[in-house]
Amino acid sequence: MENDPRDERPGEADTSSEGVPAPEGPANLIDTDYVIGQDNLATSKLGFSIDLHGKVFTISALVTVFFVVLTLALQAEVEPLFNALRDWLTGNLAWFFLLAGNIFVLLCLGLIVSPLGKVRIGGMHAKPDFSYTGWFAMLFAAGMGIGLMFYGVSEPMSHFGAALGGTSVEDGVRTDWAPLGAAAGDPEAAARLGMAATIYHWGLHPWAIYAVVALALAIFSFNKGLPLTMRSIFYPLLGERVWGWPGHVVDILAVFATLFGLATSLGLGASQAAAGLGYLFGVPEADATMVLLIMGITAVAIVSILAGVDKGVRRLSEINMGLAVLLLLFVILVGPTLLILTGFFQNLGGYLVNLPALSNPFGREDANFSQGWTAFYWAWWISWSPFVGMFIARVSRGRSVREFLIAVLLVPSLVSVLWMTAFGGTAIDQFVNADFEGVRDAALELQLFVMLGELPLTAITSFVGIVLVVVFFITSSDSGSLVIDTITAGGKVDAPKPQRVFWAIIEGVIAIALLLGGGLAALQAMAVSTGLPFTLVLLVGCYAIVKGLMSEPRG
Amino acid sequence: MYKKLMVPVDLAHIEVLEPALQVAADLARLYAAEVCYVGVTSTTPSSVARTPEEYQHKLDDFARQRAAEHGCPISARTLSSADPAADLDDLLLQAIGDVGADLVVMATHPPKHLGAILPSHGGKIATHTDISVFLIRPTEG
Repeated sequence: MENDPRDERPGEADTSSEGVPAPEGPANLIDTDYVIGQDNLATSKLGFSIDLHGKVFTISALVTVFFVVLTLALQAEVEPLFNALRDWLTGNLAWFFLLAGNIFVLLCLGLIVSPLGKVRIGGMHAKPDFSYTGWFAMLFAAGMGIGLMFYGVSEPMSHFGAALGGTSVEDGVRTDWAPLGAAAGDPEAAARLGMAATIYHWGLHPWAIYAVVALALAIFSFNKGLPLTMRSIFYPLLGERVWGWPGHVVDILAVFATLFGLATSLGLGASQAAAGLGYLFGVPEADATMVLLIMGITAVAIVSILAGVDKGVRRLSEINMGLAVLLLLFVILVGPTLLILTGFFQNLGGYLVNLPALSNPFGREDANFSQGWTAFYWAWWISWSPFVGMFIARVSRGRSVREFLIAVLLVPSLVSVLWMTAFGGTAIDQFVNADFEGVRDAALELQLFVMLGELPLTAITSFVGIVLVVVFFITSSDSGSLVIDTITAGGKVDAPKPQRVFWAIIEGVIAIALLLGGGLAALQAMAVSTGLPFTLVLLVGCYAIVKGLMSEPRG
Repeated sequence: MYKKLMVPVDLAHIEVLEPALQVAADLARLYAAEVCYVGVTSTTPSSVARTPEEYQHKLDDFARQRAAEHGCPISARTLSSADPAADLDDLLLQAIGDVGADLVVMATHPPKHLGAILPSHGGKIATHTDISVFLIRPTEG
């Protein structure tokens, strides 16, 4: 016998070429009898193989069909219902969302400086699966890229406009949408407040939401040996019961939020991209354009998921990051360069100064802003967190907790500050210093292009903008399909490939059905409403992270 | 003729591999060659092992047990990936060089309609390597 398998470094595995992991070092596996895939249905009798978690897949599929049919058939009835549900949640439970958001940020910041930050995801000697560039590109592409494209210009302008307009009170209730106490008639103060409010919505808090889910899943999957699926977060609380119905419910809810979040974004995004194409190139804004866009996006996403995380998703994400950096540099260099560079630090400062007031969950006087904007955003980010968090978890093995949190929380927040400063700052500058009102008056999805239209090389930059929007949709769609497939396969990442394709197609089909039949906005309201149950899941996640990390060796 | 035979092994589906394992052992005895089992596992917990390290241990044990049964030297090597279903072919091709194999013996399924979109691993390996590849189809059915 050449090898003694009990040896920590068997002769064969010692040749440390790429792909052969060095021994992963100590980690503290959870002792469970559960075998991953034990509840799965596996067959290859249909001409292709399937391997699915019977209950999670079946019920997710039925719930999906039910909601799509319901929305299509009774659109007029369900739309006000779903919207009312979302508005009730963000209105009456705004304090809960804001409070929870603060807990997530504080926990993440605390972990960065605590000794627990030394724990390594995947065991003490685990090596990262992806380079910094690839890793970082995937974090952004899955989590926020598309939003930055649409809101980078429009949100700073909205808050700036509202703040400049000052407060207005009717019957003792504020009717304006300005953040905090507004800044009536003072463009400089309004710009500062508008940028601070925007960065608040795109900075530490959303990334902390993603980080909590991602870290909890990463720890319980790579270090504790539990399946990569949402239910594993509950292990410290429920023990072996997570393999039963409580776990099924959490997983099904995650599939629901992810699938409908993605499908409705795809549908609404297609109409926005079509509007952009119409504005720039005169492409008719017909249903056919949008359906073709969705089919195109889905087709590329399928190619990407067949190529896999490394050769598909990572490569697309890197291309996208490269393009986004080029566009950002272009706006910085060609736009008001000095203003943007000084603005970066001013806005960062303004954000930190206003952060306590903006994130205060209680006794807010700016109810429209804190409920209509902040609480809505928090519910939205949180409803996306199972998808983004699980994807981040999957690609983060080999990073220490501290490294992970710096890369998932601090660096993206700074990038958001820079992005918002460049795009929003330029638009505000055009408005204040050049009396250009085009951006403010344009439709939301066109504001980016109107702003770029005031800069040179419009044709090129706008084209890059459209490409970015489309590719960000592709990277969301492919990573989302992988996540849904993993959850419905009971945490197996090596389930047969046709299943991934199935989910990508379902996303596209739902988007097209709702686009043509109506109900995209209604179903999106429903998806955002899942933010409430997932806020509870994330709070459990906080407890699980601390408990899980405490029992890990630190090196 | 051959000095080192590489046999891709999936510990989750040993029953499907049995003919390939048998053929590899027979050839190894005929040519006095060495066999190397190569397993590819996910970095996330799988149905077989909860860490790549555990997979390596299980594959080592399996190789030892089979070495005794077949009467030929068998070593084992485990490769891991974040997305094994997609990276399998590339990892196996890389492993051919790493282990210095001069023949691959692997189990494969009969051609299917989906083959155009999702080609079989065996076929993919054979078209991308210089060394000989012996694809073993299931004996019945």
